[in-house]
Amino acid sequence: MSNNETSDIQAFRNQAARLHRRLSHWRLLEGIFWLALAASWFLLPSRHMLINEIAVLGLFALSLDLILGYAGIISLGHAAFFGFGAYAAGIITKYGVTDPLAGLVIAVALTAVLGFATSFLVLRGSDLTRLMVTLGVNLILYEIANQVTWLTGGADGLEGMNLGPLLGFDFDIYGAVAQAYSSVVLFVLFLIARRVVHSPFGWSLRAIRDNPLRAAAIGVPVNRRLIAVYTLSAAYAAAAGALLAQTTQFASLDVLAFHRSADVLLMLTIGGTGYLYGGLIGALAFDVMHDILSDITPQYWEFWIGLLLVTMVLVGRERLGRLPVLLAERLLGRKPGHAAE
Amino acid sequence: MLTNLFDGVAYGMLLFVLACGLAVTLGLMNLVNLAHGAFAMAGGYLTVVMVNHLGLPFFAGLPLAFIATAIIGVVMERLFYIHIYAKNPLDQVLFSIGLIFMADATVEYFAGSSQQFINLPDFLKDRFEVLGVSVGYYRLLIIIVCGVTAIALQTILTRTRFGSRLRAAVDDRRVARGLGINVNLVFMLTFAVGSGLAGLGGALGAEILGLDPTFPLKYMIYFLIVVTVGGTSSITGPFLASLLLGIADVAGKYYIPQFGAFIIYTVMLVVLIWRPHGLFGRATTK
Repeated sequence: MSNNETSDIQAFRNQAARLHRRLSHWRLLEGIFWLALAASWFLLPSRHMLINEIAVLGLFALSLDLILGYAGIISLGHAAFFGFGAYAAGIITKYGVTDPLAGLVIAVALTAVLGFATSFLVLRGSDLTRLMVTLGVNLILYEIANQVTWLTGGADGLEGMNLGPLLGFDFDIYGAVAQAYSSVVLFVLFLIARRVVHSPFGWSLRAIRDNPLRAAAIGVPVNRRLIAVYTLSAAYAAAAGALLAQTTQFASLDVLAFHRSADVLLMLTIGGTGYLYGGLIGALAFDVMHDILSDITPQYWEFWIGLLLVTMVLVGRERLGRLPVLLAERLLGRKPGHAAE
Repeated sequence: MLTNLFDGVAYGMLLFVLACGLAVTLGLMNLVNLAHGAFAMAGGYLTVVMVNHLGLPFFAGLPLAFIATAIIGVVMERLFYIHIYAKNPLDQVLFSIGLIFMADATVEYFAGSSQQFINLPDFLKDRFEVLGVSVGYYRLLIIIVCGVTAIALQTILTRTRFGSRLRAAVDDRRVARGLGINVNLVFMLTFAVGSGLAGLGGALGAEILGLDPTFPLKYMIYFLIVVTVGGTSSITGPFLASLLLGIADVAGKYYIPQFGAFIIYTVMLVVLIWRPHGLFGRATTK
């Protein structure tokens, strides 16, 4: 009897391991995606700054995906961490730490502390409470940044960042170094995120997202997991903010503004939540769309973004959001649907 | 000092009329409608058109703003909101942010981005002195209109058949349906009244809050604070919360301007953490 049970468990374990391997192994499309990013550096030299911005926003959206797509925490104030990271990177550069990598690491570490401290606020309550709490934290940071003008420059923005060279390369005005820098950071952080979401930790997050009560019942320490992923997400958002501040050598109140939080939510939704590439694809789509729309109607492009959002919700986010993946899979002649994870 | 208190009360009353519709849709119907301010903006702009361009008297413009916005509310509810009652909060957030963007751009397209003013009758611009308190007629008008509205709402909600139907529909949709209550109709009417009140508030508040295309986003957080601090289990909760917020905001801006809106945001966070169902709310079973 007990022998039977052990072999059952063993079989189940093997099955789980196979499933896990199948879901986490690298796909051809992923390779193409990253090769395309690398190739853009050589092929589109006039668009370095634009691609740099897309990489930054993609990383920001990726950070939101970690909590929204994997752990089910809705945030209406994720710009709090993005902005904090940007200001942190800017301020430490201004006061002497001119090495970009050191600045990045310090900014990320500082913001992770903030993320850890505020993670306790989002543990309790419904989605609505979380929306309000995250929004509240963001607004408070905005007010602080607006008021402590001696540190942040207030409404004028933080000026006087003189960033040193990155591993010997000076930042140029075309953004060649900037794009390479952001792309590599994005890639490295993406690898880490990929490892994290395919680990048992990542699977337990999905269990919490789908049903916190049941997750707790099978022994997942719900609160500790949420704290951990929220802190991680804050750190990722900070990396994006720090990259933006460093590559543009500027930080202003705009990095903490509400529209940042709304935009990143929008990007992630366009790309689709819960499969890591959603944020990157969404950032790309959003930026291209922004470019085209503001060419046609400089003042009213907001209207079309709004229309897109409304349509997306009414038609069904899942169907529209997975569209790029489904299309790509169709083109390559594979069965659609299993790229979801 | 007392003048500030008076202005704060008027401001708070105004916030209440603006936000009480949100308290109902958000708290009772579980609909995260961030675009509530867009209805207020619609009311404000419609009043500008009616009073400034069509030459209607201001006092006719106010009820018309209520009615027109309520009709817009019904149309929006039938066309769109009815599909998202059952969706998850994220969808509702995205949907209403989309609506805000569209409303902003539309208003900017037709009216430009500059601030709008409604032509007020001259006597409303005056002030008079009572016991050393300088009282503006306009703010007095706001207090009267909003006070009457609050009392009427409370009466409707607690004393009428419609009120009990609404409460029943909110407590348990399925059972209410089983008892023969037309839940959809109740929700539609509630949504209409809520949007109408926002429109009325937008018309009344144009003078004090300012009216421009950024209105919905600028005041969204204030409405949300009223609802979260006040709780949603009654009308009195949001009412008291609005008064507190109004008085605190006016006093804060007057006495400690260097803190800005910092204090009210912090208070909101503390309340949310300390009592997630609001200061005056009670925990619901949902």
